[in-house]
Amino acid sequence: MATTTLRNTCSRSRSLEFLVAMVVVALTLCSASVRGGDVTSVSVDAASRVTKIYGAGGIRGLESYQTGILVSSSGHIITVLSTAIDSEAIDCVLDDGRRYTATLVGVDLRRELAVLKIDGDDLPHFKLSADSPRQVVGTRVLALSNLFGVAVGDERVSVQHGVIAAQVPLRARRGSHEAAYRGDVYILDCTTNNPGSPGGCLVTWQGLFIGMLGKELRSAQNGTWLSYAMPANELALGLEMILSGQTDQSLADQTQSLDFDLQSLGFILVPDLLDLTPPFVEAVTRDTLAAASGLQTDDLVVAVGNRTVTSQRGLRQELSRLIPGDPIQLSIIRDGNIVFVDLGVIPAIAEPTRER
Amino acid sequence: MRQPRSTHSTRRTVRSTPAIFTPVILPAMLPVMLIALLAIQQPGRIFANDDSFTQVLAAQQERIRTIETAAKTSVSIFAGSSGGGSGVLISPDGYALTNFHVVQPAGIAMRCGLNDGHIYDAVLVGLDPTGDLAVIKLLGKETFPYAFIADSDTVSVGDTCYTIGNPFLLATDLQPSVSAGIVSGVHRYQFPAGTLLEYADCLQVDAAINPGNSGGGLFNARGDLIGINGRASFEKRGRINVGAGYAISANQVRNFLGILKGGHLADHATLAATVATSADGRVVVSDILESSDTWRKGLRIDDEIIELAGKSVRSVNSFKNILGTLPAGWRIPVVYRREGRPTEIFVELAGVHTPAMLNELMAGRRGKPSAQNKPGEKSKPNPLAPDLKDLPETIQKFYERRFGYTNFFFNRVELERVQQALEQQTLSLENQESTWRYQGRLEAGGSFEIELDDQSAKISLPTGISRWEQAVADAGLAAEAGFDASPPGSGGMLAALTMWRRLLLKGPENIDGRITYWGQQPLYSTTTNQLADVLELTTSNCRARFFVDTFGNVVQVTFFLGSSSTSCDLYFKGLGERGPYWQPTHLTVTYDGGRFATFLFDVES
Repeated sequence: MATTTLRNTCSRSRSLEFLVAMVVVALTLCSASVRGGDVTSVSVDAASRVTKIYGAGGIRGLESYQTGILVSSSGHIITVLSTAIDSEAIDCVLDDGRRYTATLVGVDLRRELAVLKIDGDDLPHFKLSADSPRQVVGTRVLALSNLFGVAVGDERVSVQHGVIAAQVPLRARRGSHEAAYRGDVYILDCTTNNPGSPGGCLVTWQGLFIGMLGKELRSAQNGTWLSYAMPANELALGLEMILSGQTDQSLADQTQSLDFDLQSLGFILVPDLLDLTPPFVEAVTRDTLAAASGLQTDDLVVAVGNRTVTSQRGLRQELSRLIPGDPIQLSIIRDGNIVFVDLGVIPAIAEPTRER
Repeated sequence: MRQPRSTHSTRRTVRSTPAIFTPVILPAMLPVMLIALLAIQQPGRIFANDDSFTQVLAAQQERIRTIETAAKTSVSIFAGSSGGGSGVLISPDGYALTNFHVVQPAGIAMRCGLNDGHIYDAVLVGLDPTGDLAVIKLLGKETFPYAFIADSDTVSVGDTCYTIGNPFLLATDLQPSVSAGIVSGVHRYQFPAGTLLEYADCLQVDAAINPGNSGGGLFNARGDLIGINGRASFEKRGRINVGAGYAISANQVRNFLGILKGGHLADHATLAATVATSADGRVVVSDILESSDTWRKGLRIDDEIIELAGKSVRSVNSFKNILGTLPAGWRIPVVYRREGRPTEIFVELAGVHTPAMLNELMAGRRGKPSAQNKPGEKSKPNPLAPDLKDLPETIQKFYERRFGYTNFFFNRVELERVQQALEQQTLSLENQESTWRYQGRLEAGGSFEIELDDQSAKISLPTGISRWEQAVADAGLAAEAGFDASPPGSGGMLAALTMWRRLLLKGPENIDGRITYWGQQPLYSTTTNQLADVLELTTSNCRARFFVDTFGNVVQVTFFLGSSSTSCDLYFKGLGERGPYWQPTHLTVTYDGGRFATFLFDVES
C-alpha cells in the first residue's frame, strides 16, 4: 500500500500536495482495510449513476448487454458504440431496478461512443467536463460495470479495484478491424475487457469520475486483450459533439452518408424496410468501382472481407469499420454461387468521421 | 504501537518496490525516491502527521496478521490423478469445508496439507451436491487452527477480502496462495448446471479465484470466513481468473452445516411453486403443486409473495436467492398477499430431488452422458460409495456406508453429541417410572390435566377426557378410530408428549424405534436465527422430530402420525425440572399449522 502511495504521488512536484494526498490516502487505506469504508460508499454512489444496458446481439462474441453512464439528470446515457445498442429496443436498468426504454440520440464513430436517452427526472449522474484533468499513473481506481451480466434487476453492477498502469494512445483491434479511436486511454491493471463491461465507469477511490471502460479489444501490437478506459475529457468532447449535432453522425445521418458512400462506390441496395433486410443490390451505376468490379443487380452481399453480414444494417456496420485505404472485398451470392468481388480501396469520401 | 519486527518488514517492502520501477521511470521517480528514503529514515520529519504514517503501518500489520492467521486454516487437497482443490478448517476437531466438485472425484478418503508443513488423512463427512458444498474431517491431530464463520449478510460491496487456497494446485510445498481484492457484488445468483452447483445469494469478488481455489476460504479483513470460493466467470481467455469469482455465502454454509456434519446427503429446498414477475412488478405465484405443503397451507396461484424465511422478496431473483440457500425439510415462514391482505404461513420445504436422484448425482452418474457406461463395459465403482476394504486402514473406522447418507459414521457422532447435551439436563431426574402429572388452565379458558406414562397418556379438557395407549396404537386400529390423534383436533398431542417423555427419560440410545441426527433447523417459534439440533425418531406408528437447543432442552417437537405429512407441533416455553420431572410454563400445540391450544401450567416453585 505504501509503495503505491509513493508511486501515486510521483508526478506531483509540490510537497504540500504530496502531504495532503498522503494523509488522505493513508486515512482511506486505514478505514478501507477494516471495512469497505470509503470504497463501499464510493461504489454504492457510483453504481447509482451507472445503468445496465440490454439490446441486440447475443450471438457468439457479440454480447447483447453492456453498461452505460448517466450524464444528465434528465436521462442522457453515454456508452460505447456496439451491436448491443444497434436495436429497436434498448432497455436500461438502474440500480434500484427501474427499467427504461432508451432511444439512440446519436453516435460518435471516431470515438466509438453512443448517447442514449431515457425519460427521467432528477436522475443521479456524473457531470462530464472537457476540462477534466488526466489522472496520473498509479492512481487507485474502481471500475463498475455490468460484467458477465451477473447483476440483474435491482442488483448493483459489479465493482473491481485496480490501478492506472499507463496512459498511452490506443492501438487496438477487434478481429481484423482496427479501433477508430487512436487517442490516449488509461490502461488498467485489472481485467475489465469482459463481456458486459464496455461502457462501465471508472472512478477514483475518492469517487471522482475519470473515464469509461472501453470495448473488448486486443492490442494491435501484441494481440493481448486490453483493459482500458477512455478519459473523461474525451467523453465530454464526444458528448458535446453528439448533443450539439455538430456532427453528421446521428444514426439517420449515418444511413444517409452510407447510402451516399454506396452510391459513390456505384451501387444501391433494395429499400431497407425490416430489421434484417437482406443486402440485395438494387442497381449498379455505370462507370463506377462497383460496375468495374462486376457487381450486378440482385447480387446478395454475404460478407465484407472475412466478416459475414446478414442484413443491410450488418453491412453498414462492417463498412463503417473501414477507413480510407482499406480494401473493399465483398462476397456475394449470385444464382446460388458464391462470387468474390473486389471494389478496390475505400475512397476518401467514405471516411466515416470528420474532426470538428 | 509500532512493533520493531513489523516495521522492519514494512521498510523492506517500501524499498524494494521503487527499485523495480527505477529502470523505466528513473527521472520522474528521483525526487520521490528521495522523499521516500527520508520518510523511511525519519518518518516524523516528512509526514505532517506522524499518526497517518503509523496508521498505514498499522493497516499493513493488520493485513499481515490476518493473512497469517487465515492461511493456517487453509487446506490444500490433493487427490492424485483426480486433481484437487482447497478447503478451510472451521473447528478445532478438524472439520473443514470444501466444494462438492472437489471431493466428488477424490472420493471418501483424501490427503490434505496444512501450512504447518504436514499432510493429514481426511475423510468425507457430508455432501450437498446442489449447493456445491462438502464437509470433510482432518484426522491425526488434537486441535487444528480454524476460521470463525462470519455473518455474510453484513458483507458490503467494496469490503476488503482475501481468497486463500491452492490455485492450479501450486501449493505442493503446502503453503497456500493468497489473493487480495474487494467484494464486487453481494446477493448474486449464478444458475445451476441442471439441478446441481447452484450458487444462490453468493458473493462476487475480484480477488483471484482460479481452478484449484475451489473449496477454499474467502476471508474478510478480520480473517473471518465469509464464503467458500467455488466458481468464476471465464470466457475468451480460457480457465483463468478475469476479475469475477463467486463464493458460497457463509450464511448458506451455516444453514447446511448441521446436516452435512451429520453425514447426510443434503438436498436443497423448493417451495413447490414457481413465481413470475407480474406486469406491475410484483412477484406472484405462477404455478403450484397441489400435493405440496405449500398448497395445503393455503398458497394459491396469483398470490403475491412478500417475504420468505424472514427476508423480503423484491424480485424473482431475490426469491431464488433466498430459497436457494435453504435445506429441504426446513420450515420457514412465508408471507403472501391476496386482495391486499397479508397472511403468514409456515411451510415445510420439499426437496428438489428424490433420495435416489441425489444418490445418482453424488456418483456423478446422472445427466452426464460421458459418465454413463457403454454397453458391455463393467460399471465403474463409485468413489463416494466405496466398499470398506477399498479404503485406507486409517479411514475405515471413520466410514459407514448407508443409502441416503454420505457417511453414516458421522451421524452417530452427532447423535452422541446431542445425547450428551440432553444428558446434562436429564441425569438428575428421579422417579423415572412414575407418572408425570400436570395441571393448569387453557389460554382460551377452562382447566386441564395431563398424565403421562411410558405406554399411555391421558388428558382432561373442558370438552372431555382423551386417552392414548401404545398397545392400541400397535394394534393398528387406532388410526382408523381417530384414537391415535387424540385429543381430537390436535393431530396426536398425547402421543407426541409420550415420545417427548420417553426421549427425556431414556435418551436417544434406549428409546423405542430408530433415531438419527437430522441436522439443524431454525427455531421458528422465536424471532432469532438460532439453530437447534434436530433428532428424528421413526417408530412403526409415527415419526417425531425433537428440537434440542444449545442448553440441551427439547424445546419443540414435530410429530407425524403414520405416514401423514401433516404434523402436530409442540412448542415448549419456560422448560425446567420442577419436582420429579420436566415441566414447561407454556405449551402451545398446533396441528397442520393451525393452533389447537395453549396450555398454561400451574408451576409449583
